[in-house]
Order: sequence, then C-alpha cells, then structure tokens
Amino acid sequence: MNPGQENRGNPGQENMGNPGQESRGAAIDLRAISKAYGSFKALDGVSLRIEAGEFMTLLGPSGSGKTTTLNVVAGFTEASSGALEVGGRSVVGVPAHKRNIGVVFQHYALFPHMTVSRNVAYPLALRGVAGAERERRVRQALDMVKMADFGHRFPSELSGGQQQRVALARAIVFDPPLLLMDEPLGALDKKLREWLQLEIKRIHRELGTTFVYVTHDQEEALVLSDRIAVFNRGRIEQIGTGRELYDEPATLFVGKFIGDSTVLRGAAAISGGETAIEIAGQKVATPRRLANGGRPVMLLRPEKLALVRRGASGDGRNRLTGRIGEAIYLGSGSKYEVDLADGSKAIVRSTLEADSFAIGDEVEVLFAGADVKLLADDDKADLSLT
Amino acid sequence: MSASEPTIPAAERRWAWRPYALAMPALVLLLAVIGYPLLTIVLRSLSEPQWGLQNYIWFFSAPINLTVLQRTFVISTWVTLVCVVSAYPYAYLMTAVGPRIRLVLMLCVLIPFWVSGVVRTLSWVILLQDSGVINSILRSFGLGGVRLIRTQTGVVIGMAQVLLPFMILPLYSVMKGIDLRLMRAAQSLGARPFRAFFTIYLPLSLPGVYAGAIIVFILALGFYITPALLGGPRSTMLSTLVQTQVLSLLQWGRGGAMGVVLLVVTFVLLALAAPVMRSRYREAGRR
Amino acid sequence: MEMKPLTRAVLGLVCLLVAIWLVAPTLVVVPMSFNENKSLAFPPQGFSWQWYQNFVTNPDWSNSFLNSLKVASIVAVLATVLGTLAAFGLDRMKARPANLLRMLILTPMVVPGVVLAIGIYAVYLDTRLVGTLLGFVLAHTILALPFVLIAVSANLEVFDRRLETAAASLGANALTTFRTVTLPLIAPGVLSGLLFAFATSFDEIVVSLFITNPYLKTLPVQIFASITRDADPTVAAVGTILLFATTILIGGGMLLLGRERKGRQ
Repeated sequence: MNPGQENRGNPGQENMGNPGQESRGAAIDLRAISKAYGSFKALDGVSLRIEAGEFMTLLGPSGSGKTTTLNVVAGFTEASSGALEVGGRSVVGVPAHKRNIGVVFQHYALFPHMTVSRNVAYPLALRGVAGAERERRVRQALDMVKMADFGHRFPSELSGGQQQRVALARAIVFDPPLLLMDEPLGALDKKLREWLQLEIKRIHRELGTTFVYVTHDQEEALVLSDRIAVFNRGRIEQIGTGRELYDEPATLFVGKFIGDSTVLRGAAAISGGETAIEIAGQKVATPRRLANGGRPVMLLRPEKLALVRRGASGDGRNRLTGRIGEAIYLGSGSKYEVDLADGSKAIVRSTLEADSFAIGDEVEVLFAGADVKLLADDDKADLSLT
Repeated sequence: MSASEPTIPAAERRWAWRPYALAMPALVLLLAVIGYPLLTIVLRSLSEPQWGLQNYIWFFSAPINLTVLQRTFVISTWVTLVCVVSAYPYAYLMTAVGPRIRLVLMLCVLIPFWVSGVVRTLSWVILLQDSGVINSILRSFGLGGVRLIRTQTGVVIGMAQVLLPFMILPLYSVMKGIDLRLMRAAQSLGARPFRAFFTIYLPLSLPGVYAGAIIVFILALGFYITPALLGGPRSTMLSTLVQTQVLSLLQWGRGGAMGVVLLVVTFVLLALAAPVMRSRYREAGRR
Repeated sequence: MEMKPLTRAVLGLVCLLVAIWLVAPTLVVVPMSFNENKSLAFPPQGFSWQWYQNFVTNPDWSNSFLNSLKVASIVAVLATVLGTLAAFGLDRMKARPANLLRMLILTPMVVPGVVLAIGIYAVYLDTRLVGTLLGFVLAHTILALPFVLIAVSANLEVFDRRLETAAASLGANALTTFRTVTLPLIAPGVLSGLLFAFATSFDEIVVSLFITNPYLKTLPVQIFASITRDADPTVAAVGTILLFATTILIGGGMLLLGRERKGRQ
C-alpha cells in the first residue's frame, strides 16, 4: 500500500462485493487535471477538492469543461495529465466499471428492454446480490424516489420525470460513496425541475453520500449546492458557497454568470484610496482599489441600485442618468432595465413601496460607493448566453 | 508498493485495433471465397490457352456473342421498366392505406420474395409452357396457342416478377419518408393535384426509383436460372453463355473472359450510380 | 393526400393486378402437385398424394432436402456469428475504413452469380472441395454474410451507445455489457440476419449447380435437375411444401413482431 494514500475509511473500492455495508460519502481530490483533444484544451489544470458528503455543483456555460470533469471522475474519459483520488485512492487508469461511482445521465439511459425493477436490480446483480436481499434493496431504492408502484413497467411507459427518478434509484441502489449527476433535469419542464430539485436535496440529506452535480443553470446550482465550482474555458474561476459567489465574485465572469448584475466600464482614475470611473461624462467613485492591477470595472447587484426621477434630489451617492428601457412587474416588486448614457444597461430591482416608472421615463440611478464590487476587466468574460 | 498508474493514451491505443479484429474473420473468408476465385477467373481469361488478350478479342469479334450481349442489355432494360411501372403505384398505395391493408400488401411482396426462386421459376414454366395454363385457357376460348416459353416475352415476364420485390421495397422505404404535408402546401399555393404530384412527390420519390432500378438492372444482367428455364436459343443471356463455355465446352479462357466482361459492366454501372444515388439521398435527407 | 374516387379506383385496380401477378403464379404449383399423371401439363388430372410420397421415400429427393437443411443450418450460425462480429467492428471504426470494408463485404450481393460460380468452381476443383459439405458451407456463408451485416448494422445504427456507458457506471465490464445490454437490444437484427442467412443458403442455386456432384446435392439443385430432365410433379409437391412453410414462417413472424411492438408502446 502506498503510504501516501492512507485508508481514510472509504468503503468505495471494497464495497463491490459487500453491499450491505453502510456507506458514507467519499472525498474527491482533483489535482491539475488537464484534457486535450488535439490542440483544444477541454480542461486546463483543474484542481478541486470535494469533501465527503458534500453537495458540489459544477456550474458553467456549455463547453466550459464541467461535463468533461465529471466524465474524468466517472472514468468515461481519461485525463491527459493530473492526479485524481476518490476516497483517498488514486483511480487513474481504473476503468469506469470498477470505480463504484453512481452516475445519473441527462438522457436517463434506462435499459429499454428491462422493467423498472430489473433496471434497478442490474447493478446489484453485477455485485452478486441475489434473492430477498436484492428485492429488498430494489424496493428501498424505488421507495426513496417514490416510484415503488412502477416496478413492473417498462421505461417507455414512464414520463421523463419518472424515468429520471428510476435512473436515480438505479444509481444509488448499490450504495456508491459518490454520485455524479450530469444535468439530470435538463430535459424536464420548469415545474417538474423545481420539484425534483427538492427531491434530490432530500435524498442527499438521507444518504449522506457525496454528490457532484453538473448544470448550466445558476438558479439550480444555488438551490441545491453546499458549494459551487464555476467553470469557464476549461478552468475553474471560483469555488465557494452560493452566497460567496454572489456577494464576493472573484472575477467578472463569475459576477455576471451568477445573478443579475450591472457592469460599469469607462476611463478609470485611481487617486488615494479611491477608484473613479467616468461614464459618458459622469463620474462615479468607490473607496476600493483593485488589488492585482488590470483595468477596473464596477459590478453592482440590482438590489444595491436605487432609481429616482431625473432632477430629483440625491443624497450624495453616485448617480448616473438614463432612460427606462424595460419595466417588468415581478409581484414582489419590479425589475427595470435602464439604458445608460454610454449605451450600457443597468438592472435595478425595486420594492413595491418605491416609485414606479414607465418605459421611456428619464431617471437617475443611485448607488453607494461601498456597494461596488471592483473587478479586473476581462474581455473574455462576455457572456453570449442569457 | 505497486503504485503503477497506467497512462491513458496507451490504454486507448490498446483497444484501437479491436474493431478491425472483429471484422477480420469475415474479411478473410471474403478474400478466400470471393477474392481468390475472381482473381483466378481473370488470370485464366488472360492465360488460356496462352497468355494474351485472345479471349477478349474473340468475345468482341464473334457476332453471336455481341448479339447475346446486346440481348442481355435489352432484356434487363425491359425487366427494369416493367418493374418501375408496376412497383411505383404499388409502393405508393402501400403508403396511402391503413395498417391492415398495408400488412396484406407487404405480405404479397414478402412471400414471393422468400419463396424459393427455383420454385417460382417452376411455376412460370407450368404457366407459360405450350401445354400450360395460359395456353389452355386460350384454347378453351377457341383461340390458337401462343408461344410464350422459350421467348423473350416469357423471360421478361418471369424475371420481372421474380425481381419486383427488389423494386418495391426501396421505393416504399423512400415514399414512406415523404412528408405528405408538402403536397398540401403545394396545393394551398395553387398547384392542382396533378401538378403537385409531378413537381413535389415524384422528385422526392426519385431516390427510391434510382435505387430500385439499379438493383433490378444489375441483378437482371447476371440472371441465370430464369432465362435458362424459360428461355430458348433465341433468348439466351450472357450468364447461360458463360455456363456453356465452361461446363460444356471446357473453354475456361473464353468463359472467363465473358464473366470478366459481365463483372466489369456491373461494377461500372454501380460506380456510375453511386454518386447520383448518394447526392439524391442527401437531398431527400435535408427535408 | 385526398384522391379523387376515379384515381383511387384506377390505382386500386392496378395494385390488385400487381398483387395477383406477385402471388398467383406461384400458387399454380398447388393443383399440379396432386396430379394423377406424371406430367406438368395443365389442367391436372384426378387427385393423388403420390408425389408427396415420392418426395419422402425417393432418396434423391429426401437426401437433397436433408442436405439443404444441414448446409443451411450451419451457414445460418456461421454467417450470423461472422456477420455480427463484422457489423460491430464496422460500427466502432472510423467512417472511412468502415465504409470501404462494408462495400467489400457487400460485394457478393452484386457480383453476377455465374461469374462467382465459375470462379468458386475453378478453385474448388483445385482444392477438391467440389461436392463437399465444407465447400457448400463456405460458398453459402459468403453469400449470406451481406444480409446479416445489413440486418445487424441497421439495429446498431439505432442502438443508443450511451446505454453502454451507463452499464459501465453501474459496474458492468465490456463483456457483461455486451451480454446484458447490447445483445438483447440488437437481438431482432441478429435474429432476422439468422433467418436471412438460412433462407439464402436453403434457396441458393447458381453456385450450388456448379459445385454439386452426384454424392452431394441440395434441394434447389434437385429441383432444377428435375425441371430440365423430366416433367415430374414431385417438384410441384416440393414447391407446395416450401410455399406453405414460408408463408407460415413469414406471416407468423410479422404478426409476432407487430404484437411485440404494440406491447412495448
């Protein structure tokens, strides 16, 4: 045994022939994983540690490397370089069928020639679990996803949501210490998706298994995860809780990808402890400085902005003139898109008590310098997706 | 301490040969039972009785051979035409009727397709012979007998019937993919049904016609059993001539040369048809 | 598309004639097989089972039938195994070599029968395979391979290979995945390949005519010889048996397939 890989009580590898064992989650360690297809780098030095029992979401636009990362962990793709440990053991070179990792696919991947019960029993049969024990565990897994009454049906007789729940049961029935989910709700409609998100959260709580969840939907990531790793162009931009990513984005990409935001760009001037940016002749300032240099841009969350009619008295905060471009009533308040003088847009959320505005109204956007996130500009950060 | 971590590109390379290994047994058998015999025939046509092109010169200079070659093409063309004309409405009807009638129509195609070709030719012998069904019906009406067996007409009728399924099946598979809403669209744009058919449906069904016609024509060129049993001296086709040269006259060189000519014609036709068919299919697939 | 009644009637009539042309001629063997006279002249006279008896008792007929059965069974298994393996290999190759190899394996379908027959005959004369079981099996297997390849490839094309990934994630190795997931799902293609291979061999005549000898004859060879030699109504009896066997097999198969498809939906 490699002394560097002490057994941390992970049942993962031994679990194959010993399925009755209670399994807790396994920790995962990715170190400098790279994957190149010819000259294209799908993954460029991804390092990520996921704690045992954690719900980690890999979030990013399509092609950002999150699914490749998942495939590397599952063993469907082998990394070009880097180290990968699951439960304290290196799994580099271990084929997928020996990794004992549960995977839920976006396309369900239920075997069409087997009933629901036989689909769920399949991994147990491979592990030599037979008879009453197998039946008990199939029933238990189907109970957990609330599909116990559908055992005799074929996958083609189920709806998409039902099929995905069966796929989930099949992936957890053999007690894997790690469950990977690749956009499992991507093919479902919004209502169903929101309900299944809560179901997945519940199952995670009940199992205590490590979950790694891939999605491009930031709301889904915020609902589900303990922590989120934001992927962009084969790299991880930031790892943190949803709150950390929203409040303290490390990069402009993260700031724009998570939540609504207003980005102010312009000629910057730094004097003393203050950074000022000039937008169409109007100067706004913040008492912050960019730590690592680079061209500073300001990022503002919608609830930090206030709207007043043009010419109304201000209170010494930063102000920018603009015109209401879009007004959306949200029930709990309103959301406005304000066209600023330099052609960029500000997104403002206001409460019910505040004044309401109509499209075309001349307004001023107010904000405190302390609420500004000052980030280095990154031309690559332009998001083409909404 | 066995910290061996196999690197992955090697693992992927390790399996790269596997598909070829899977196909290998079939390919080896193919080379032994098709490749080698065909090579033997080509060599014999060039080397017997001595090396040279004498067998080919003989083939293209003896009038009887040219007559048979021409007749083979004529009969194959007729068979193909008869098949296209009768298969088109049949395949179309298969797409237009309900599932029950479609099953019956399909069975009518598949059962003869599966019944032994020799047996089907036998029934044509019984039907067409001088003391056969058709002649006895004609006689019972007081009409004189018609000579059908050992004529070109008889050969064409029999061959077309045997080959018809090869025309209907590809035609049907193309027609069933044609979006009938296109016809409604054409009519809503002002085309009368007749015009809609000729400008929309017919062009879209052409890939099926091409595919079927090529298959039928090529199979007809090499047909042996039906012309041998239904035909006479005046309807001999190339295959029969090859057989006579080899089995009766033991002229392997001449028989081989004829076979090579037949083979070359077949492959030239296939090569000419392949790009046309491929582009047509792509067009249809773009729908 | 709505058709006018006249168009519909004409179309229906034409198709009825085509259907009759397809099916009816073959049926003529049925009355001929009960002929009392040793003649294939129409109309048949009287009624008798003697030609069926002759088929069973005359060793020329019964042996050739058994030979065909034996050859076709071996060919069906051999061609299905080789064809399925090849279809798999082609499915997992890059497109360019796969297309080339596919064309190669399909060539027996388009090579004119007589040309192939004299080639195989020439080689068999040298290797003493004329009139041997091995000779028949090898030749028929090559002719049956394309049908197996086409049937299995068609199934592989619609087979979702992501299911194999899913099986691997659940702990199945390559062989288990093939046995429990891939094979059951492409079974219809393999099965129809098996049937096609059997039928191709059982029906093969052109190559068989060349590589046969008095010691080993297959049924089609015997039928052909009988037609050209004499007017023996036993051929009609054999034809009738084959006709009914085929109809029951195909009809039954199609009904079964239709029912299963309905059940799955």
